[in-house]
Amino acid sequence: MQNTKVREELAQIATECRADIIKMIEKAGCGHPGGSLSVIDILVCLFFHEMKSDPNNSLWEDRDRFVLSKGHGVPALYSVLAKRGSIPREELWTLRQINSRLQGHPDRVLLPYVEASTGSLGQGLSIAQGIAMGLKLQKKQARVFAVIGDGESQEGQIWEAALSAPKFELNNLIVFLDNNNGQIDGHVDEVMDIRPIASKWQAFRWAVHEIDGHNFEEILGALGEARKETKRPTMIVAHTVKGKGVSFMENDVKWHGIAPSKEEAQEALAEISKGKSG
Amino acid sequence: MSGKATRESFGEALKQIGADFPKVVVLDADLSVSTKSVVFAKAFPDRFFEMGIAEANMIGTGAGLSFTGFIPFICSFACFVVGRFETIRVSIGYSRANVKIVGTHAGIGIGEDGYTQMGLEDMNVMRGLPGVIIIQPSDDITTRAAVRFAAEHVGPVYLRLTRQKLPALHGDEKIFESGKGIILKEGKEIALVGTGATVCEALKASEELSKHTPWVVDMHTIKPIDRELVKRLAQSCRTIITIEDHNIIGGLGTAVAEVLAEDGSKARLIRIGIRDTYAESGTPEALYEKYGLSAGKIVTYLKEVLNS
Repeated sequence: MQNTKVREELAQIATECRADIIKMIEKAGCGHPGGSLSVIDILVCLFFHEMKSDPNNSLWEDRDRFVLSKGHGVPALYSVLAKRGSIPREELWTLRQINSRLQGHPDRVLLPYVEASTGSLGQGLSIAQGIAMGLKLQKKQARVFAVIGDGESQEGQIWEAALSAPKFELNNLIVFLDNNNGQIDGHVDEVMDIRPIASKWQAFRWAVHEIDGHNFEEILGALGEARKETKRPTMIVAHTVKGKGVSFMENDVKWHGIAPSKEEAQEALAEISKGKSG
Repeated sequence: MSGKATRESFGEALKQIGADFPKVVVLDADLSVSTKSVVFAKAFPDRFFEMGIAEANMIGTGAGLSFTGFIPFICSFACFVVGRFETIRVSIGYSRANVKIVGTHAGIGIGEDGYTQMGLEDMNVMRGLPGVIIIQPSDDITTRAAVRFAAEHVGPVYLRLTRQKLPALHGDEKIFESGKGIILKEGKEIALVGTGATVCEALKASEELSKHTPWVVDMHTIKPIDRELVKRLAQSCRTIITIEDHNIIGGLGTAVAEVLAEDGSKARLIRIGIRDTYAESGTPEALYEKYGLSAGKIVTYLKEVLNS
């Protein structure tokens, strides 16, 4: 019963974040709605349930860290940070504008809680690994959560990190694959098929879980499993829908990197408020 | 040649720094025996990470470690580590990561292994990254000083080191100050400005060019370049000669040219280095002869152009 309540609360937060994602990208006039909407349920579970993180102290040494390796999904991260009060909500409407802290891709220097500057795909996972190693070296219990994309998994550096994290026994590294099957030039399985993906990570000696990335019970369940690992890093292959929650964006790769018009945004917001997500 | 490769000095210096700085960690990509980071690895096994033949991942991992307060030195051959430039650009440069990038085996001075192992364009690309300090020490003492500086300085540093042995040129670590070239000889008419392995060649060449009363400068810091010293040389000399084991595009010669041009200097600049070509296998000595970096070849070339 309690769990149901938790999931309902998380779903409500995700719905509000989805609306903010649409609003900020519409206002910016550019950005990446598809991959922000596919990853938002995972981020909400992390920031509002799983991670130890003080919304008012970004430099708390024992905080769990989050690295968005697929940096173009950053509107999702900004929406979550605003929702929990780490940045002012009004600041969301400065996305991508001159002098804003909300860069088009994450900037760790400008914005608290952005643990890694990303946007050049393939790099964030190595950085997350380094943070996890640093925490272990300091004997800290804090963990590192990262999200990579499926298109991003075409980058060689991802597989360098995939090879090395088990060597260092980084059970404090938990990675989600936002498997939304979309990238700029088309569907991932057409552009450069990464399948079979779960067995690849298993072959690289990670603990692997495969879930529906929009099902809160499954997301939380996989995170619970990750806590039990004593040596292996965890890869959670989250099957997601690009543009999730806005029917005309769903699974249409056109919405990878363009902003909705004012009218389209209104239509999207109306749909989101009807609670189609989750 | 007697003397010491700066990579040898690096290994020893790193071990000392490891004792003085508990936050220093070292990563290598399967070249620890060559880069000499193995000396640190043996002394501090818990703070050494063997990353295998995967430089990009080493760069990112180093960045991540720095974000938890450590001071990572990431080591490989100059060409291999800087070859993953775009990862350095975002994970270290833009991220202002406190990572020390160590590129050994720089220049044609590595010899027989040939072009693919030679860092010859590394300074060119690294110079384009805001906030990255580039240092190329010329002997044992200045290498030790540069390693200490790198550990103390908060921010990214690129250390460019040699494989070949270099004679001792300096007496005391205190002579090294980041961003300040070291004057080995004060002169009048011309200035020989070397960096790293070419400083000793410049010094040797200066003997035979004594009628021109040459300055000899060890320009160990390529970025930020010592603008004041370059201007001072330009006021004194009619010709400044830069000598580097690197493509003449983008390294020491370019950095000096920028200062001279912006300052409106009338001094002539002669850039000696790898003349925008790929190099090859051979002994270091044979390569320095063929590509014009040996003291003898420098003298022959300069006598020709200075008298023309």
